[in-house]
Amino acid sequence: MTENILEVRDLVKHYPVTQGIVFKKTVGHVKAVDGVSFDLRAGETLGVVGESGCGKSTLSRVLMSLEKPTAGQVVYKGQDVATLSAGAMRRLRRQIQLVMQDPYTSLNPRMTVGDLIGEPFEIHPDVAPKGSRRGKVKELLDLVGLNPEHINRYPHQFSGGQRQRIGIARALALRPEIIICDEPVSALDVSIQAQVMNLLEKLQNELGLSYVFIAHDLSVVRHLSDRVAVMYLGKIVEIGTEDEIYERPTHPYTQALLSAVPVPDPTLRESKAIIRLTGDVPSPISPPSGCRFRTRCWKAQDVCAEQVPLLEVRPGSDHPSACHFAEKREIVASHPA
Amino acid sequence: MSEQSAPGAGGAGRPSGRLLEVDDLRVEFRTQDGVAKVINGVTYHVDAGETLAVLGESGSGKSVTAQTVMGILDMPPGFVTGGQVRFHGKDMLTMSAEERRRIRGEGIAMIFQDSLSALNPVFTVGFQIAEQFRIRRGTSRAEAKKRAIEMLDQVKIPNAKGRFSNYPHQFSGGMRQRAMIAMSLALDPEVLIADEPTTALDVTVQAQIMDLLGELQRERQMGLILITHDLGVVADVADRIAVMYAGRIVEEADVYDLYAKPAHPYTLGLLDSIPRMDEKGQQLRTIKGLPPNLMNIPPGCPFNPRCPMAQPVCREKVPPLLQIGAGRASACHFAEELVNRD
Repeated sequence: MTENILEVRDLVKHYPVTQGIVFKKTVGHVKAVDGVSFDLRAGETLGVVGESGCGKSTLSRVLMSLEKPTAGQVVYKGQDVATLSAGAMRRLRRQIQLVMQDPYTSLNPRMTVGDLIGEPFEIHPDVAPKGSRRGKVKELLDLVGLNPEHINRYPHQFSGGQRQRIGIARALALRPEIIICDEPVSALDVSIQAQVMNLLEKLQNELGLSYVFIAHDLSVVRHLSDRVAVMYLGKIVEIGTEDEIYERPTHPYTQALLSAVPVPDPTLRESKAIIRLTGDVPSPISPPSGCRFRTRCWKAQDVCAEQVPLLEVRPGSDHPSACHFAEKREIVASHPA
Repeated sequence: MSEQSAPGAGGAGRPSGRLLEVDDLRVEFRTQDGVAKVINGVTYHVDAGETLAVLGESGSGKSVTAQTVMGILDMPPGFVTGGQVRFHGKDMLTMSAEERRRIRGEGIAMIFQDSLSALNPVFTVGFQIAEQFRIRRGTSRAEAKKRAIEMLDQVKIPNAKGRFSNYPHQFSGGMRQRAMIAMSLALDPEVLIADEPTTALDVTVQAQIMDLLGELQRERQMGLILITHDLGVVADVADRIAVMYAGRIVEEADVYDLYAKPAHPYTLGLLDSIPRMDEKGQQLRTIKGLPPNLMNIPPGCPFNPRCPMAQPVCREKVPPLLQIGAGRASACHFAEELVNRD
């Protein structure tokens, strides 16, 4: 049993919705993340998938301690992050780093690559004393497959894929244990996306990193993840190993999501049955009572409106699913690689 | 294979055959930094009732080709330096502006990726659809409204009557894309160009929109040009595929042939580099390097610096797009070897 490096317990993040300019009053809350629990094991990749508005990016911000949770805990190596002193918090921030989605806006255009990647050392001088920093940056450039001689160039002199490598090098600078990747390849072209995915895998093997890999592309997530959590409207609806989620999904939402992914093989056109969801995702300000997916679910019964289904292992299944009527269904015809 | 000569049930009175032909089109952008050769001899066609997918990565020229066809290319900096765009055999590039305007909307219509910026935020969605009937068909205000509501209904917007007077920001992303489809189909075009119509949407919504497009296309026997980078979407809906790289078509084939036996190393590289949800892959194979700078395209085959099969001849001679069998063509000196290998 590998140890849990990060434990997330009943995490809640609500944003107030206000009305009025002078006399502001709170008229409701956007329930962006609403009771999320999971563990991240050392050295693994946990994929988090879901559609826009499901709360996956808010989750990444809370995990990074960029936002204070409304309730719940983030426990890093047995320590509740919320109770840490300022100094301990600063040391913690070294250990959890973020790779962002958009390589065009996440790099300051007025800083050279050397300054961008070396900036974390200014805040944490103990990692690299002043004289050694340029050397360290060059090592990092080499590690992510960039030419160390380009240390004095500016971001605009690089392509999208290369910029994402710069973003990865910057995240690696402080030798973190955990990297949160928030849609790291979705802005990249197909041929470049594969290069960056391979790089992330290589770095994990060499440096023993743990990844929380947040993405909307289910094929990318399957390729990189050991375990996968599926989110819908601020809650995890199903979590399990990559095989369990993709080959034996039990939650209707997971099934619908998987069935909608186009597979790059025209011969499967006829045999593929897409589960068509009607309507749009409800507003996170006033989510449906009981199960949040019930308004779009073909299995919904009265009980779904009354009781919130817990995320638990149900009879006939091997992994937790938050559905009263969880049932295995094969969606993805599996081909051995 | 895709010569569908008999018009479908819904396509009454539509002439069959070649609707739109792009022939050796060349476009360059003249900027302060130099001349970017964005399109370097693109040839493709679309027939009634057929779906042609134009597949390519950013900068391959797939959208610029479509913009030139529609006559919405920014000129300058864009300049058409050669070739023809024929609609029913007539070259659109030499037509009068008035003739072209008549084709736009009624002959060829287009939908865009970003529906939020493609719709005018200060007019209601209904007004933007109804406007076309009033200007192009001379209908009364009431009649135009009635027809616009019919269009919203056809693209399955619930409560079309009530939604008529909503503004674009009151629609969700999927609904906006539906509204844009309604707008583009209002004048019953023969060819629809869809430029990345689902790229900004979630997968479940993407499936809904692609279903809708396919349904409307079958009903109306439209020629559909689907511009995309998504190999999954293409596999689901295309009849034929044209793969673009550095402003050229490098391969054209029937969808089944292309996925089974690609005839260009670039296509092969693309297919190898996508993770597949139905396979637990090993390490992904990648295409090394970067697409060329369009201001400085390498001599010979533009793909040669990234190609694992490159030989000296590839650095000297530009391979022309040649037929290599029924309905397929490849612009690779070694296309035959590639197709015949196991």
